[in-house]
Amino acid sequence: MHASSAEHLSEYGSAVVEFDDVTKVYDDGTVGLENATTNIRRGEFVFLVGPTGCGKSTFIRVLMKEFEATRGHIFIAGRDITRLKPDRVPFLRRNIGAVFQDFKLLPNRTVYDNVAYSLLVTGASRSEIREKVPHILRLVGLSTKLHNYPDQLSGGEQQRVSVARAFVNHPPLLICDEPTGNLDPETSLGIMQLIYRINRTGTTVIVATHDQGMVDRMRRRVIELRDGHIVRDEQAAGYTSEFSAVDAQ
Amino acid sequence: MNFRFFMSEAIRTLRRNSAPSFAALMTVMITTIVLGVFIPVTDATTGAANEIRGRLLVDVYLKDDATQAELTALRRKLEQNPDVKTVEYISKDEAKASLKGALKDAAETLGKENPLPASYRVTPRDPAEVGKIVDALESIENGKTTYVSPAIDDVKNREDETDKILSITGGVKYAMWGLAILLVLTSTLLVGNTIRLSIYARRREVEVMRMVGATAWFIRWPFVIEGVFVGAAGGVIAILLLLIAKQTIVDPLSESFALFAAPETIGFLPLAILLLVSAMGISAAGSGFTLRRFLKL
Ligand SMILES: Nc1ncnc2c1ncn2[C@@H]1O[C@H](COP(=O)(O)OP(=O)(O)OP(=O)(O)O)[C@@H](O)[C@H]1O
Ligand SMILES: [Mg+2]
Repeated sequence: MHASSAEHLSEYGSAVVEFDDVTKVYDDGTVGLENATTNIRRGEFVFLVGPTGCGKSTFIRVLMKEFEATRGHIFIAGRDITRLKPDRVPFLRRNIGAVFQDFKLLPNRTVYDNVAYSLLVTGASRSEIREKVPHILRLVGLSTKLHNYPDQLSGGEQQRVSVARAFVNHPPLLICDEPTGNLDPETSLGIMQLIYRINRTGTTVIVATHDQGMVDRMRRRVIELRDGHIVRDEQAAGYTSEFSAVDAQ
Repeated sequence: MNFRFFMSEAIRTLRRNSAPSFAALMTVMITTIVLGVFIPVTDATTGAANEIRGRLLVDVYLKDDATQAELTALRRKLEQNPDVKTVEYISKDEAKASLKGALKDAAETLGKENPLPASYRVTPRDPAEVGKIVDALESIENGKTTYVSPAIDDVKNREDETDKILSITGGVKYAMWGLAILLVLTSTLLVGNTIRLSIYARRREVEVMRMVGATAWFIRWPFVIEGVFVGAAGGVIAILLLLIAKQTIVDPLSESFALFAAPETIGFLPLAILLLVSAMGISAAGSGFTLRRFLKL
């Protein structure tokens, strides 16, 4: 294992995600991320912000090992994923829930089947699926729409399905890339409250977003990127009343 | 459980992707039919050609008045030629007897007469060397042929005709091989293209599967099954059509014409198995290549 990771672990407690001087240069020479070093601890809620093209999605995609980092090391729960063998990558991803701006739902399958599908393709048994799917759909508030197809749902409802799919296995890490990018402010708030609730169960959450209003409102840790560099990493203190209200619900 | 999932996914894509799947199935079928006709036909022509080659002999006809000494000397000469495998003496009586066997009427008109000469039947070690054996026996000057032994009346071989037969069957064989290879390539490409289209049709599923952590093989299986299905279905239909053709056309013909039955050809069952294996091999190659190239996991 990498020498410095043990240090960081002891320094920060249990780091779930650790970037150690990570650089990603795309094939065409574009720098997506440069010398990024940071630590995210268990149970944290972290916003990833910055102007378009600053490297937020790159950060998330190297973390999901969609492609390799050019330089540096990334640790998840203390394991160097840059050294992971390709055939182990699927098992890494089973521990990371992912939510995207465009929902990535299968249009010709119902809400129920969309969530069941992700369990099925990772080898879950039928009884497991029958037990987990209705439960998670109730949690995200969609128990009345089990048999609707995605195009029969509003954008917010579709994003709830995708959150349900990401969280159905209760992964320790939830990553969201612009989860509210396609949604109006009111609906966005609902989705953020849902993600926040998931965070409150102990799940570490990383949210990349453009929504400055939401970031200000929620007062969480913010990592700001600019041209691939981490230019700000601030821990906001205290809860807003709005989200305390969510807690109380 | 997983098998059920793979099958239902494969059927789902086959349905969504039915036109290219059907086209690929048809090409595999046509290729299999062509192979199914081609394999026994080459088998038979190769058999026939080998038979002709095996019959390449040099007949050295002997003068009726040759002395025993001349005959012994000639025989020794022939046997010492390194190109010669065997030398067989055929007496006048034997010549007439074999004529009787082949052409009864002609032999009968001869009555007690026997104009047929005795001969040495020379079998070459290598059919291609027939010419050398003949050259060693005769020399031609000013259009006049002289023989190495006074006992020789004439030397004959059927090289010219057999050469022609061999080169024609060879040409047909190469043309058919070319056609078969072309068809195999075409169907491999078409199966590959079908799989590429289903990868495209299922790109969202593939994306989701990757995202939630399905293993590479889990993602590949439905495509592999689809490819195998196209190959197997094309192969089975082709074999059924060939079986029908065999029973309605070839078999009745071979009863009335001995020609069809004569050469030893491959039996239908081994042929069917060979064809099915080829059809599935073609689709496995096509889909394997495409998955490697277009399904980045
Ligand atoms: N596949 C790629 N090939 C080449 N360059 C890329 C690729 N993906 C992203 N980039 C470049 O890398 C840089 C960072 O992109 P990234 O997608 O991480 O930005 P982002 O912060 O997510 O932007 P946005 O807020 O618009 O989503 C940009 O300059 C982008 O053009
Ligand atoms: Mg982005």
